[in-house]
Amino acid sequence: MVKKYETPMLDQLRGGKWPSFIDGITRLAEEHPDERIRAVNHSLLGQLEHSYETRKGYWKGGTVSVYGYGGGIIPRFSEVGDAFPKSREFHTLRVQPPAGNYYTTDILRQLADSWEKYGSGLVTFHGQTGNIMFIGTTTENTQHFFDEINEYGFDLGGAGPCVRTAMSCVGAARCEQSCANEHKIHRLLVNNFMDDMHRPALPYKFKFKVSGCPNDCMNSIERSDFAVIGTWRDDMKVDQAEIKKYVAKKGRQYIIDNVISRCPTQALSLTDGDELQVDNRNCVRCMHCLNVMPKALSPGDDKGVTLLIGGKRTLKIGDLMGTVIVPFMKMESDEDYERIVEIAEETIDFFAENALEHERTGEMIERIGLVNFLEGIGIEVDPNMVNHPRESSYVRTDMWDEEAEKWFERKAEQAAG
Amino acid sequence: MAEAKATPRPPVESGCPDGFQYMHPVMLKNYGNWAYHEDPQPGVLLHVAKSGDKIWTVRAGTQRILDLFTLRKLCEIGDKYADGFVRFTIRSNLEFMVADESKVQPLIDAIRKEGFIVGGTKNSVTMISHTQGWLHCDIPGTDASGVVKSMMDELHDEFTNWNMPNRVHMTTSCCQINCGGQGDIAINIQHTKPPKINHDLVANVCERPSVVARCPVAAIRPALVNGKPSLEVDEKKCICCGACYPPCPPMQINDPENSKLAIWVGGNHSNARGKPTFQKLVAAGIPNNPPRWPEATAIVKKILKVYKEDAKDWERMNDWIERIGWPRFFELTGLPFTKFHIDNWRGSRKSLNSSTHIRF
Repeated sequence: MVKKYETPMLDQLRGGKWPSFIDGITRLAEEHPDERIRAVNHSLLGQLEHSYETRKGYWKGGTVSVYGYGGGIIPRFSEVGDAFPKSREFHTLRVQPPAGNYYTTDILRQLADSWEKYGSGLVTFHGQTGNIMFIGTTTENTQHFFDEINEYGFDLGGAGPCVRTAMSCVGAARCEQSCANEHKIHRLLVNNFMDDMHRPALPYKFKFKVSGCPNDCMNSIERSDFAVIGTWRDDMKVDQAEIKKYVAKKGRQYIIDNVISRCPTQALSLTDGDELQVDNRNCVRCMHCLNVMPKALSPGDDKGVTLLIGGKRTLKIGDLMGTVIVPFMKMESDEDYERIVEIAEETIDFFAENALEHERTGEMIERIGLVNFLEGIGIEVDPNMVNHPRESSYVRTDMWDEEAEKWFERKAEQAAG
Repeated sequence: MAEAKATPRPPVESGCPDGFQYMHPVMLKNYGNWAYHEDPQPGVLLHVAKSGDKIWTVRAGTQRILDLFTLRKLCEIGDKYADGFVRFTIRSNLEFMVADESKVQPLIDAIRKEGFIVGGTKNSVTMISHTQGWLHCDIPGTDASGVVKSMMDELHDEFTNWNMPNRVHMTTSCCQINCGGQGDIAINIQHTKPPKINHDLVANVCERPSVVARCPVAAIRPALVNGKPSLEVDEKKCICCGACYPPCPPMQINDPENSKLAIWVGGNHSNARGKPTFQKLVAAGIPNNPPRWPEATAIVKKILKVYKEDAKDWERMNDWIERIGWPRFFELTGLPFTKFHIDNWRGSRKSLNSSTHIRF
């Protein structure tokens, strides 16, 4: 006999215009043929109702993993397990999705069938770190479920102080703004660090995110330690015939108000003949005009990526955005891809050796200064890394001539190609 | 047990799976060769490849926490009305892809018939990205899933229409770690009282030096309480952030009455027009009021209404406020401006107005 609980508060989240997660849990509790799943979901509803009544959470962490790994599971033990015993152990498996979050209905069904055998029947695509979250199973079934899905190509993601599951955008598979092979960069980077993901031993978490253009749909500047963003450095492409069509359709004032005057560097001008002039030297690749007129404007051909390091949210020292450490690098040859992996390795090695416990990469850079970090990973300074040069005079400049010489040497090397 | 214990299975460290194997053939064929896109109607995207191939995407809002019945229902729709290839957006919307225009309307009809919502593209309010809440998190101050369900019930029409000046990305988080992320509007827990310490448990549960180290304002120090090693908090210094709670659960920060909701606006990840921006506090002290959190929804709707009426085309929330100024934002929304809006964290003087640029 499956134990049921009264849930008057949760019932107020049933129905309504938006799909209801409480409807879904209730359906598992009432209609699923497997008594185990019915019992777990009734128990879960009981505990959740208790949380709604008391406005408190009742899950504790712990230590659960699978054979050979040290992380990837979010262990949850109920503090009120005596009252709600069937969901006493309710662990989540973080599973890495395919890059770009593509699925066939077949593979989704296969995952559903495996989860039905071992779990609660609840799953989220995806958690905020980018994992498939298989929510709710016992310690024992954690291993069984992992063994089964691992056989057909799925692996655990990161949890704890380790390299975390990466994310990449829809990208070149469907987006005209894509300036990179997000898919390849994503997998090459993160799959190089499986040991650092599965055996958490870093000072704190380390996240990769890859966006194909500066629209940054993956939120990589603000939410990742290592942001890779596609961009281009030659002229953007302008189809003047399409520009004329936009002007004809929307009106000249609309184009002036919404395209020309919204350019952050005043790099656009509309001629008396309704042609778009672009000052490409001063275009900062913000994407706005391309977003408004995707049929008329496109990224150039000389594509590559910008790398930014150190984004994170509040705790401990406050929000930090990533900082440019590589303004542009090509992503074409095998050497280019090897180089990006090498930069990631240097960064993670330096982070592992120099960050304090529970300190993110961005916080470490804040503490030691960008220059020390750059020297640690072997990257030269570049004016694209700053909004403006220093305002404070509190600096020793007695090595000025040597540093200036380095700059001129690098410039000469670049000029020589 | 007489049988020998089976040898454990070693994991295959395969990492992130190859997505190409699950990609729609038209997307695979035209990988990296797309020309442009159009928006035929809310919730529908049309992408045209340089080869001339076309693919239509229909975006469906879901409840994010899916049960097996719902997941299989979505697969059934994907098989019957689409081509069997889907992807999830970063905000847990499900996208069905079809290579044949004639499939679009029947697909939309099927999605709607099963109770899912078509929309969330272009200048709409898309699905709120959110965290786990009381359902699964170990440190939640609220149930983001419930907040989001309640709010999306009322923002349904903004999801299905293009009513906004530009896209609106919202987030909800159950603590100040803010797993929901930056948003045009963010609804997050803001604790208002220092942690209540269960001194009997601290010594056994917490590694005290690391708890001391977690505090952003150095308000925690080791102490002997009733003869037991514990921790104490300088309540005058404490900023009630909750950073001590994850490493030390006996420092209970969640408070049924005093853990409130706060609303932040103007976070924007994109580089379009201006550089990316962080969200700013506009309202706090909002009751954490399950099961439907009506007070928070009312403020969000008020902000959206003013934004919709006053912002110009293509202005995201942050662009709009930058143009009209913060005094006007508070005037138009009717929200009070208090001493708590003025930042006093490190570097905060850069957020103060050091000019005579004032709108009258």
